[in-house]
Amino acid sequence: MYVAVKGGEAAIANAHRLLADRRRGDRDVPALTLEQITGQLALAVDRVMAEGSLYDPDLAAMAVRQSRGDMIEAIFLLRAYRTTLARFGNSRPIDTAKMRIERRVSATYKDIPGGQLLGPTFDYTHRLIDPAMAGDEPVDEPLRRAREDERRAPRVTDILNDEGLIERDVLSDEEPGDLTRDPTAFPADRDVRLQALARGDEGFLLSLGYSTQRGYGRTHPFVGEIRIGLVDVEIDVPELGFAVSLGQVRVTECQMVSQFTGGGEEGAKFTRGYGLVFGQSERKAMAMSLVDRALRADEFDEQRLAPAQDEEFVLAHCDNVQATGFVEHLKLPHYVDFQAELDLLRTLNTAKAKNDEMREAAE
Amino acid sequence: MTLPEYNFAYLDEQTKRMIRRSILKGIAIPGYQVPFASREMPMPYGWGTGGVQVTAAILGPDDVLKVIDQGADDTTNAVSIRAFFAKTANVATTTKTADATVIQTRHRIPEAPLSAGQVIVYQVPIPEPLRFLEPRETETRVIHGLEEYGLIHVKLYEDIAQHGHIATTYAYPVKVEDRYVMDPSPIPKFDNPKMNGSPALQLFGAGREKRIYALPPFTHVVSLDFEDHPFEVQKFKQPCALCNATGVYLDEVVTDDRGSRMYVCSDTDHCETRREEGHRGPGLPISGAQTVKEDAA
Repeated sequence: MYVAVKGGEAAIANAHRLLADRRRGDRDVPALTLEQITGQLALAVDRVMAEGSLYDPDLAAMAVRQSRGDMIEAIFLLRAYRTTLARFGNSRPIDTAKMRIERRVSATYKDIPGGQLLGPTFDYTHRLIDPAMAGDEPVDEPLRRAREDERRAPRVTDILNDEGLIERDVLSDEEPGDLTRDPTAFPADRDVRLQALARGDEGFLLSLGYSTQRGYGRTHPFVGEIRIGLVDVEIDVPELGFAVSLGQVRVTECQMVSQFTGGGEEGAKFTRGYGLVFGQSERKAMAMSLVDRALRADEFDEQRLAPAQDEEFVLAHCDNVQATGFVEHLKLPHYVDFQAELDLLRTLNTAKAKNDEMREAAE
Repeated sequence: MTLPEYNFAYLDEQTKRMIRRSILKGIAIPGYQVPFASREMPMPYGWGTGGVQVTAAILGPDDVLKVIDQGADDTTNAVSIRAFFAKTANVATTTKTADATVIQTRHRIPEAPLSAGQVIVYQVPIPEPLRFLEPRETETRVIHGLEEYGLIHVKLYEDIAQHGHIATTYAYPVKVEDRYVMDPSPIPKFDNPKMNGSPALQLFGAGREKRIYALPPFTHVVSLDFEDHPFEVQKFKQPCALCNATGVYLDEVVTDDRGSRMYVCSDTDHCETRREEGHRGPGLPISGAQTVKEDAA
């Protein structure tokens, strides 16, 4: 005998209790500390801060722990908190030319002023699982270069710009758009597009960027420069009349030097694709710069044929918190709508059976 | 390190103000989708974030909230959203349609007619009725602007040509005050007529798609159809197995692996209220002491 299902409330509470148990795991094993997560899973924390678009390593580490290592879930936790925070001002644009550089590579020049610096990279490691990772073997202290305060490391794009070989960056005093505060309207401006990409899913952007390399919106990219390091965040305080520093954030910047254009009055020039991401993530920064450039098709009178060039497609689908929510909502009950479909299908099939019968009788 | 703190009904007051302005604009232009700066909510997109934001923006401390999903108060997501507001806004909650001042719903309109002063908030996944005919927002906004709705009529006509019927059974498009074609949210078309001329205020929130729209009380709402293929709602052959109600929307419940089924009210409050009034359907266990009132039809 059917009795209407009750007890959703108790079921939810019990499920969450079980979740908490699984999250904690074996109680005889010490719990992860936030220091361990920020210190030893730093790139996970970086990704959560980047796509959560909130720079706070401790909160991001808490989110990683709370989500049992599910990155999108952790990003979601950070986003849902971020959205409640009051905005008290806009920072000045960060100046990546003044970055305290930890890593810097250029694929366009063999040597550049300030030099190339590999920094803490997986590049050139052989991907062999290291038996040492099973234990806690001592690790050598890194070599440190002498800090050169006066070190001059101009951006590669600035070098090209001085020669007039790359499109100029347009300076703007306008307040940048914010898609978390205003609904996105299409066509979107580049500032809003870049914001969407910076918050966008690493995997989605990676695949889109990859697709441009395989001919779906080709942009002939060269890595002008990737730099990773700490930059100052400054805010103007009107009462003081000067800018004060709020602290430093680690960012990864990628300047892609792409398909040249023009030949008119200005002469032919390379174009730019730009990527900037919180923390250390050059995969994301590079993918972002490829997609940014692809999305600028209209500016250079390029035909929009590929998915990566389609602004509505990219912007509407790059957010993994939105995507995961809507995909996963399919597991919510839909039985009212399903009932309506069942009813229709039965009606259609009954009508068909009747028709078939009549036809047979006529034959 | 600062630990998180949250405001009444979760959203900050500036955000609520922004949402209320969008709601007012929606009420002023019935059926028009107002873009709003949808926030990230602490539940997933697609799980009612639009409805939750609308509810959070209109909820006051004296409101009585009812939340249903598929017509039921006890489905897990309804339970979760109700608990969210009980926790963040400390408002009274109810399962009784008549007692609620605000009803948030997913996929149903209650069977009991709504009354003046009540607000029903619909959770909307895809607010654009033309989205599956034209995926681009830039295009659909122009179509609405020019009121060029031929496309959607062609779709309905193609259904008839192919199946002999209009094959849309839920999220059946409506026309509002002879102007905007509107998505009624994925309610079964059975519920569409309840929207027309309702004395309650009807608000629609789509969080992921960042749209709010509204039907003020007593708005004229017509389901799209053709003269020779008039709009029809689903009809069930049998009454509710529990409360014997007819003319209500029923859920089909599979009771064993041999094809047995029973049909019960999708609106759990309606069903319970009727049973409290003594109505009994054929499928309800009846204890000996109870007086049984058999309903005719």
